[in-house]
Amino acid sequence: MASADELRELMRTEGAAVAQNTQGFNEGRYRSVADLSDYEELKSEARAIKEDAIERLPDLLDQLTDAVEENGGTVYIADDAADANDYIREVVADRDADRLVKSKSMTSEEIEVNDALEADGVDVVETDLGEWVLQVADEAPSHIVAPAIHKSRESIAELFNEVFDPDQPLETAEELTRFARGKLGEQIVDAEVGLTGANFVTADTGTMALVTSEGNARKTVAATDTHIAVAGVEKVIPTVGDLHPFVELIGRSGTGQDITSYVSLLTPPVDTPVVDFEDDETPLSEHDTDRDFHLVLIDNGRLAMREDEHLKETLYCIRCSACSNSCANFQSVGGHAFGGETYSGGIATGWEAGIEGLDVAAEFNDLCTGCSRCVNACPVGIDIPWINTVVRDRVNREDDRPAEWLVDGLTPDEEDKGAPLQKRFFGNFETVAKLGSATAPLSNWLADAGPSRWAMARFLDIDPRRELPTFERETFVDWAERRDSTVDDPDRRAVVYPDLYTNHVQVERGKATVKALEALGVDVTVPSVASSGRAPLSQGMVATAEDHAERVTEALAPHVADGRDVVVIEPSDHAMFQREYEKLLDEATFTELAENSYEVFEYVYGLVENGTDTDALPTVEDGRLAYHSHCQQRTLGLEAHTVAVLELCGYDVTTSDVECCGMAGSFGYKSDYYELSMDVGDRLRDQLEADGVEDRQVVASGTSCLEQIDALLERQPRHPIELLAE
Amino acid sequence: MTETDATFEASLDELGVSVTRTAASEVGAALDEAVREPAVGVAPEDEFTETSLPFTEAGVELDPTPAALDEARTGVSTADLGVADYGSLVLTQTDRGSELVTLFVEHHVVLVHEADIAPDMDTAVETLEATLNRTRGSVILATGPSATADMGALVRGAHGPESVHVIVIEEGT
Ligand code: SF4
Repeated sequence: MASADELRELMRTEGAAVAQNTQGFNEGRYRSVADLSDYEELKSEARAIKEDAIERLPDLLDQLTDAVEENGGTVYIADDAADANDYIREVVADRDADRLVKSKSMTSEEIEVNDALEADGVDVVETDLGEWVLQVADEAPSHIVAPAIHKSRESIAELFNEVFDPDQPLETAEELTRFARGKLGEQIVDAEVGLTGANFVTADTGTMALVTSEGNARKTVAATDTHIAVAGVEKVIPTVGDLHPFVELIGRSGTGQDITSYVSLLTPPVDTPVVDFEDDETPLSEHDTDRDFHLVLIDNGRLAMREDEHLKETLYCIRCSACSNSCANFQSVGGHAFGGETYSGGIATGWEAGIEGLDVAAEFNDLCTGCSRCVNACPVGIDIPWINTVVRDRVNREDDRPAEWLVDGLTPDEEDKGAPLQKRFFGNFETVAKLGSATAPLSNWLADAGPSRWAMARFLDIDPRRELPTFERETFVDWAERRDSTVDDPDRRAVVYPDLYTNHVQVERGKATVKALEALGVDVTVPSVASSGRAPLSQGMVATAEDHAERVTEALAPHVADGRDVVVIEPSDHAMFQREYEKLLDEATFTELAENSYEVFEYVYGLVENGTDTDALPTVEDGRLAYHSHCQQRTLGLEAHTVAVLELCGYDVTTSDVECCGMAGSFGYKSDYYELSMDVGDRLRDQLEADGVEDRQVVASGTSCLEQIDALLERQPRHPIELLAE
Repeated sequence: MTETDATFEASLDELGVSVTRTAASEVGAALDEAVREPAVGVAPEDEFTETSLPFTEAGVELDPTPAALDEARTGVSTADLGVADYGSLVLTQTDRGSELVTLFVEHHVVLVHEADIAPDMDTAVETLEATLNRTRGSVILATGPSATADMGALVRGAHGPESVHVIVIEEGT
C-alpha cells in the first residue's frame, strides 16, 4: 500500500497533470454520452453481449480459431505470460527480425513481452506516442488508455531535449508530435514484425477491432510482413454485428470522444502490399501481400476468473478507463498509486487479483472508497465497488493478524476477525457510537484528550488533524420515543430509519426530518434498528455487513408490512438498501425493502408530486444555497429531488459537480489517506468558494460530506432537511 | 440534399473535415481543387472505373511506386460507406495498397457516393457485418484526421493524415 509519504510525493510530482487530464476526460464523457439518445440501451446491449460471450467462451474460442485458420492465420492460446512470450519469441526468431514495432496493448504490458524480446536482442519500439514517451523515460503507464497522463508537456519537452538533443529545442505539443512522428516513422517502415493488441475479436469472421487515434496501429500492421496480435481470451465476442454498441460507447466512455479517429476492423492477414518504401520501380499493385498472422490469446488467470462468482464480471471490462477518470482519488494520485502491476483504476483490483494475485490487489485496493461514481459510467455495467469490497474481504481474511485489545472489546462479531485493527474499528463503528452516546459528554472529552488521541493515532492510524464526531447523550431514537406524533389524520405513515450518525451524532437532522414530515401530514415512527452495515462493508467485512442487513430488514419488515414507507436520511445507507443489499440478502427481502424505502428528499418530492399541500413547506425570499449532493445519492439519480424541493421553497440553488468530497466514510480519517482526502476535498472547496458561490449557505446530504465541508470551509454546512423544519 | 447528407456534412464539419459535393462528371475538377501535389491515389474498382480519368486529369498518380507514395503529400481513395451521425468513412483495404495511400500521406481526399452514406452507426455496422462475412476483408472506420493528445495538447496529424477532405458524388448526375 502506498504510504502517506508516497501519496504526497505522487500528488506533488504527478498530481496536477493527472488531475487536469482525467477531469478533462471525465467532463468529455458526460458531454459525449449526453448526445446519445439511446445511451442506456447501448450499455445494456454491451453488457448482454459480454455476459453471453463469457458464458460461451470455450465455444467461441473454438469458433474463432477455425475462422482465423480459414483466413490463413494461426491461433495460439497461451496459459500464462511465459508461455505467450515463448511463442512470440519464436515467431520473431523465425522471421529473423531485428525490430518489432508495437502499437499500444495493455495485454502486452501484462506479459512484459518487451523485456522478453529485448533479452533476445530484438529492438522493440512502442509507436503509440504516449507509450513511446514512457519507453524513452523508462517509466510505467499511469492510465490504461492514456499511459503518459502523468507527464506534462513541459516534462516531455525536457525529456526529448535531453535524450535526443535536437538542433532546435522542442517546446510545443505540435513540435513534440512532429518530432516523434518523424523518429517513429522511420523505425516503423524498417521493422519486420508488427505487434498489436485487440479491443475485440469476433468469432464469426476472425475480425479484430482496434480502437486508436494516431494511426500507429494501422502503420504497425501495414508496414510489416509479420503481424502478431496479443489479446486476453475475454476479448472474444460472437459476431461483427456485436461490435456496434462498443463502437459507439468505448471512446465516449473513456476520453469523451464520440469515436476515435480510427476503428480498424482487421481480418488478418491483411491484404495490403508489403513494400519497401525506397522502391521506385514497382507499382503498389505489383507487390505481393504475403503476410504471416499470429493471434496470441492469453489466459493468465482469466479462465479461473470466469469460474469465480465475484471476479467474473471483471472479464466484461472493455478497458475504457471511465472508472479511472470518474474516480476522485484517481484524479488526485493516478495509476502509479491506484494500480497494480499492469492495470489501474477501480477495476484494476479485479484484474490484478485475478491475474497477479490478492497481494498485488491489496497494494492499492484501499484507494477505492466505494463512492460508486464509476458504476453508472461503466459502459458494461460492472459493479466495480463490489469487486473492490469482495477483494478487500479476501485480503482481510488472508492476513491473519492477532486480535488486539483495543478493538476487541468493541467488536461483538466473530465473522471478521481477520480484518486489520483499523478496519475493524471503523467497521464496527456502531458499537463505538453506542458507547459514545451512552457515556457522552465524557466520551467526547476522552476522545479528544491526549492519551486517547495518542492511542487512536498509534493503534488505529486515525489522523490527528481530523476532528472526531461528537456524540449526543440523547439519541434520535430516545428523543422520538419521548414525544407524541403531532399528526391526527395522517395521509401517509412512515418509518424514519435512524442511521448511525443521525442517531448518535447528527441528531438534529433526525428531529428536523420528523418535524418536516409531520408538517406534510405523515405519521412518523422511529424504531430502534441496527446500523445498515455500510461501515463494515466499506472495510471489506462482508459477513458482518450481511448480518447487519439481516437485522435491519428484520426490524423494518413488520413496519413495511404494516404499510409504512421507510425514509432514509443518510444517502450512503439509502444506497445500501437500494444497491448493496441485493448482494447480501435474498431477492424477496431485498426487493421488499428497496421498493419501499426513499431518500428523505425523494420522499418529500414524492409527497408533493402526489398532491400533498405544499403550503406546509416553509418558504423563503432570496435564499441562496450551494448544494453538495452525495456520491452514492448521485449514482442513484437522487440529486435532482433535493434541488427541486429546495427550489419549491424559494431557494436559488447551485450544485457542485465534483465526483466525491474526499471524505468517503472513514477514508479521510485514516492517517495514510488524510492528505489525499483533503486534496480531493480541495476541488469541492474551489467550487464552494467560487465567485457567486462563496456567499451562499452550504447544504449537503451526506454525513461525511458535512464533516469534510466543515473542515474545508469557514462556513458551517447543514443538512438541507433542517431548512424544511424551520 | 437529404437529411442523411445534411447530418453527414454537419458531422464532418464538427471534425474539421472539409466537404465538396459534385456531379460525377465534375469529379476531376473537384479533385483538382482538393489535392495538394504531389498526389497519389488508388485506382477505383468496379463502379468507379469510369472516374479514373478524372484522377489523371487532376494530376493524381494512380498505382504509384512506394517511393512515389513516400514523396506524395496527398492520397486519394474511395470510401465504401459514409456514416452520417459520426462523419465516419469506411475505407476498405485492398491488395492495391489503399491502406498505404490513405495513411502515409499528410492529406487524405476521399470520394464517396451519396447513396453510400448510411444514416447511423447501427446501419453501418449491419452492412459491415454482411460484407465482412462475405469477403473476410478488412476495413478502417476513419473519423476525421489522425490525432493525439499525448504531447500535452490535441495535435492533428499524429502518425496519419493531418487533414481530410471528402468529395460527395451526387446521385443521378
Ligand atoms: S470497468 Fe467498466 S469503466 Fe472501468 S475500464 Fe472496464 S469497462 Fe471501463
